[in-house]
Amino acid sequence: MSSIRFLARAGLDSLFHALGGAGYRCIGPRVRDGAICYEAIERAEQLPLGYGDRQAPGEYRLEQGDGGRCFAWANGPQALKPLLFGPRETLWRTSTDESGHIRFESAEPVPERLAVIGVRACDLAGLALQDKHFLHHQEDPWYAARRSDLLLVAVNCTHPAATCFCASTGDGPKVQGGADVALSELDEGFLVEAYTDAGRAVCDALSLQEASPEQQARARREIDAGAARQVRRISGRNLRSALFANLDHPRWSEVAERCLSCGSCVAVCPTCFCHAEREQPSLDGGSSEHLRQWDSCYSAEHSYIHGRLLRPDTRTRYRQWLTHKLGGWHDQYGRSGCVGCGRCITWCPVGIDITEEAAGVCSGEPAP
Amino acid sequence: MRNPYLPMEAEVSGRIEEAPGMFTLELRLSDGAQRERYRFLPGQFNMLYLYGVGEIPISLSSDPEEREVLGHTIRAVGRVTRAISRLEPGTRLGLRGPYGRGWPMAEAEGRDLVILTGGLGCAPVVAAIGYAMRRRQRFRRLVIMQGVKHTADMIWRARYDTWAQAAGTQVLLAADVAEPGWRGQVGPVTPLLEQADFDPDLSTVMMCGPQPMMLDGARRLLERGVADDRIWLSLERNFQCGVGHCGHCQLGPYFVCRDGPVFRYRDIRWLFGTQGF
Repeated sequence: MSSIRFLARAGLDSLFHALGGAGYRCIGPRVRDGAICYEAIERAEQLPLGYGDRQAPGEYRLEQGDGGRCFAWANGPQALKPLLFGPRETLWRTSTDESGHIRFESAEPVPERLAVIGVRACDLAGLALQDKHFLHHQEDPWYAARRSDLLLVAVNCTHPAATCFCASTGDGPKVQGGADVALSELDEGFLVEAYTDAGRAVCDALSLQEASPEQQARARREIDAGAARQVRRISGRNLRSALFANLDHPRWSEVAERCLSCGSCVAVCPTCFCHAEREQPSLDGGSSEHLRQWDSCYSAEHSYIHGRLLRPDTRTRYRQWLTHKLGGWHDQYGRSGCVGCGRCITWCPVGIDITEEAAGVCSGEPAP
Repeated sequence: MRNPYLPMEAEVSGRIEEAPGMFTLELRLSDGAQRERYRFLPGQFNMLYLYGVGEIPISLSSDPEEREVLGHTIRAVGRVTRAISRLEPGTRLGLRGPYGRGWPMAEAEGRDLVILTGGLGCAPVVAAIGYAMRRRQRFRRLVIMQGVKHTADMIWRARYDTWAQAAGTQVLLAADVAEPGWRGQVGPVTPLLEQADFDPDLSTVMMCGPQPMMLDGARRLLERGVADDRIWLSLERNFQCGVGHCGHCQLGPYFVCRDGPVFRYRDIRWLFGTQGF
């Protein structure tokens, strides 16, 4: 008997009930401010039914049609990253008394069972990379606490945007692990496949039928067709040597003429991990909070060392971002830091395309 | 929960004015058990926290066997260091660490030890010098070279004088701008390598200071025949977390706070000195 089952469209609410019944708070895709955002969700009817999207360099538009699907769009600006690596996190609090002593108090993570519905393959790949960064060398307590209770209901992507290139990085559009449950959306309902005990426990509470071979073949065809529609790609080979061999390539200056150094690409990237530590003293001076917040290698302060900036201009900052993303990550975590989600292309206000820039810089690679 | 970012309380037990705008804070961890547990190696650094202001990475400049107080030599240049420079003995602050990889003291044993520093670069290596002086018989010749912009920045002159008297030890000092009566070299410190007495095949070099100085020093050392895996450099970067998470200190593939701040020149040679890295 196949482990792939079928959930009728009318039964989708039972997934929300099963998750709620198992004590999970649900996060899922919802339409807000003209984009698909991952937010608290309680019912299937809150999903973006009938919505599609149009993405291009520097452009994102939601379009409402009369389609009957809930996941017929590519990713919005964020998915998992802000849920685990909080944009702003208090690390500790401190207070002082008349004797001049300073008391330090750790800020504790608040445990919560979170289930995320609608996660895409690229986001699972991004999550695996953030796991390596925040858990492997030195465990980050906040990330670890949220990660350990996280349940992931992924959806195989059938509607990649023009900016997507996960097929070329090998990270999508089909879910390849890292989730508890994976769904494939068909017109009549969903194919459901559980990968973990937690996922099987949720699926046991659903009214599932046998998925026919025809349904399974149709779902596979839709995923394959989505992969085939992707027009962008990043070379599958390791670009580390090519990038670092071309640090003086004129392309860096050329892209710096267009780049606004705004850091949008960093904010939407599912793997970017930089954060700055900040101090927030109370007005009366009696206490202070030490927190971290997302930072970007495009900011001036990022490279500050005792009174000077190591990266004073956009050329060196863009170069830092790209050589790290597609180069340094290989040394640090054994693979490229890019998962092909294309967000940095869509959300760049001037439409800079990482695939074009990487190709442009690496084209100057000296002959081996 | 073990919070890797949580500081311990420490008290300023001494403050030594080393030069205008440069001072050493002697810090004593308030908690006896924490004091007992704390161990460091020359070349490592701490994150010091000034109440309500923020944290700053500072190299340890005292001897690792001095367990009661931890020396931190600081130049007041930024927001936090300027505020820390006004602290009086008895003031309390936060301290977490030690972080990073220190100097290869064990690897240097049985070899000539050349220490080449510029500016306040002497702070990260002064613990290494003290370490070698206290265990003098473990090392062959010891060459201590220090360059500064102005002779007024030449701190620890008494120590240099004492070191210069020790057997098998050579001290070479240089200043770009010299006050009357200066007996050292006038100009950069790296050309003094020509006067330095050491065996290139049997030396370990520890370098710290401004990047151009270290690049020139490395070039001269290689010319002299020192292997690039026997030259060690301590790098300064923007350290905010100390554990390789915040991303600010990255040098290509390295998290300098964790993989360094002390590196073999061989490992970073391909990137070190490239503007922006």
